[in-house]
Amino acid sequence: MRAGSKSSAEALAAAVRAGNRRSLARALSLLINEAPESDVLLQRFFPESGRAHKIGLSGPPGAGKSTLCGRLISHFRGQGLKVGVLAVDPTSPLTGGAFLGDRLRVQEHVSDPGVFMRSLGTRGMVGGVSQTIYGAIHALEAASFSKIIVETVGTGQDEVTIAKVADTVAYVTTPQLGDEIQAMKAGAMEIGDVFVVNKADLGGKDKAVSDLRSALSLGRGREKMPWDPPVVAASAMTGEGVPELGKILESHWEYLKSSGEGRARLSVQHQEELSLYISRRLYQRALDRVTRDDLKRMLEHRSDPVAVARRILKPGRG
Amino acid sequence: MVTGKKTYRVLIAKPGLDGHDRGAKVIVRALRDAGFEVIYTGIRQTPEMIAEAALQEDVDAVGLSLLSGAHMTLFPQVAGLLKKKGLKGVLLFGGGIIPDEDVPALKKKGVHQVFGPGTPLSIIVAYLQENLPRARGK
Repeated sequence: MRAGSKSSAEALAAAVRAGNRRSLARALSLLINEAPESDVLLQRFFPESGRAHKIGLSGPPGAGKSTLCGRLISHFRGQGLKVGVLAVDPTSPLTGGAFLGDRLRVQEHVSDPGVFMRSLGTRGMVGGVSQTIYGAIHALEAASFSKIIVETVGTGQDEVTIAKVADTVAYVTTPQLGDEIQAMKAGAMEIGDVFVVNKADLGGKDKAVSDLRSALSLGRGREKMPWDPPVVAASAMTGEGVPELGKILESHWEYLKSSGEGRARLSVQHQEELSLYISRRLYQRALDRVTRDDLKRMLEHRSDPVAVARRILKPGRG
Repeated sequence: MVTGKKTYRVLIAKPGLDGHDRGAKVIVRALRDAGFEVIYTGIRQTPEMIAEAALQEDVDAVGLSLLSGAHMTLFPQVAGLLKKKGLKGVLLFGGGIIPDEDVPALKKKGVHQVFGPGTPLSIIVAYLQENLPRARGK
């Protein structure tokens, strides 16, 4: 990296800390795109890691995560808290394009200086978020946002990366998405710190809440759990249940801070961030070593993927 | 081995009061399929909301769709606000029911290009592919 770009990254980091929104937007792009400046930004922002309460909103497509996100923003703004939002939508594996549609549901907060929202594509990451989400979070933390909502793509049964990103995971589902048996399955249902039965206005919420509670209670022994994931019915459309959800999120944050669990989770987040950083860099560095000749030799069956990979991954090469 | 190229981000917005957004959605879809990250604001946006969304999303281009006839007021307002927020490199283009005789005045006020009804989608995609690297100076 050139010296000029290092000092401009330093200046950008300072402007983000000072609360400049345009600078925050630029810093987020550099971090998300893994631009050369992103390393300096990451290092400047990382000391703020753990300052904000990161709330993950996860759940199947169409469960109402974005609309609920809008409601939660209003709730936190009512308490005078600054809210940052990172909303992830799927990137097409075919074209690389993406339709990022989460802004549609949170329009009323667009001009509020206490709210900053960025839409992200998954860009090849499986698990419901994007590889560079950690850097984006650190930037929002450095810009003094105290609640950071990370909204995942509509998830399936085993997309649970959000549990290694957020401090508190709210798993959003709806009535009639399945019975107790669905709620007993491994994966997504294991990561919720609070379960939200959204669209309570549609009816069927009592059965859904009771199925969820019943499935969750099966995993519990006689001893009291330090945190027992609550199930709450809500309607993002009418606002019903949102204050209660807000209270639960807050008490989970208090629980994390007062027990060792908060630091334990932060350490898991740091490990995952490090692991993603290393794997991305190693992968790119390895691919950069593949030559045209390698590809040609494979095509002519004079070489094969194993031989090429072994040569590239041999230690001690530049 | 080349693994990645820059993904351009485009905000599609509907300023003003008309609620007919099928055209905007067709553009969103075409740009998505052409490999862009497309953010759609939804209908009935004020110029301030559009410019602020463009800032937060750090987009490379903003496309305005308008059928109500208020383009001479709203398009220049968006252009002015983008400038005011320091988003000088953002490519601003528009489309909808816009009479040919209004186009030169819009271009003078900061709208880079205007696409009328019936413009093939491939023309709009090609326009962005050609102009975006230049607008960002990269």
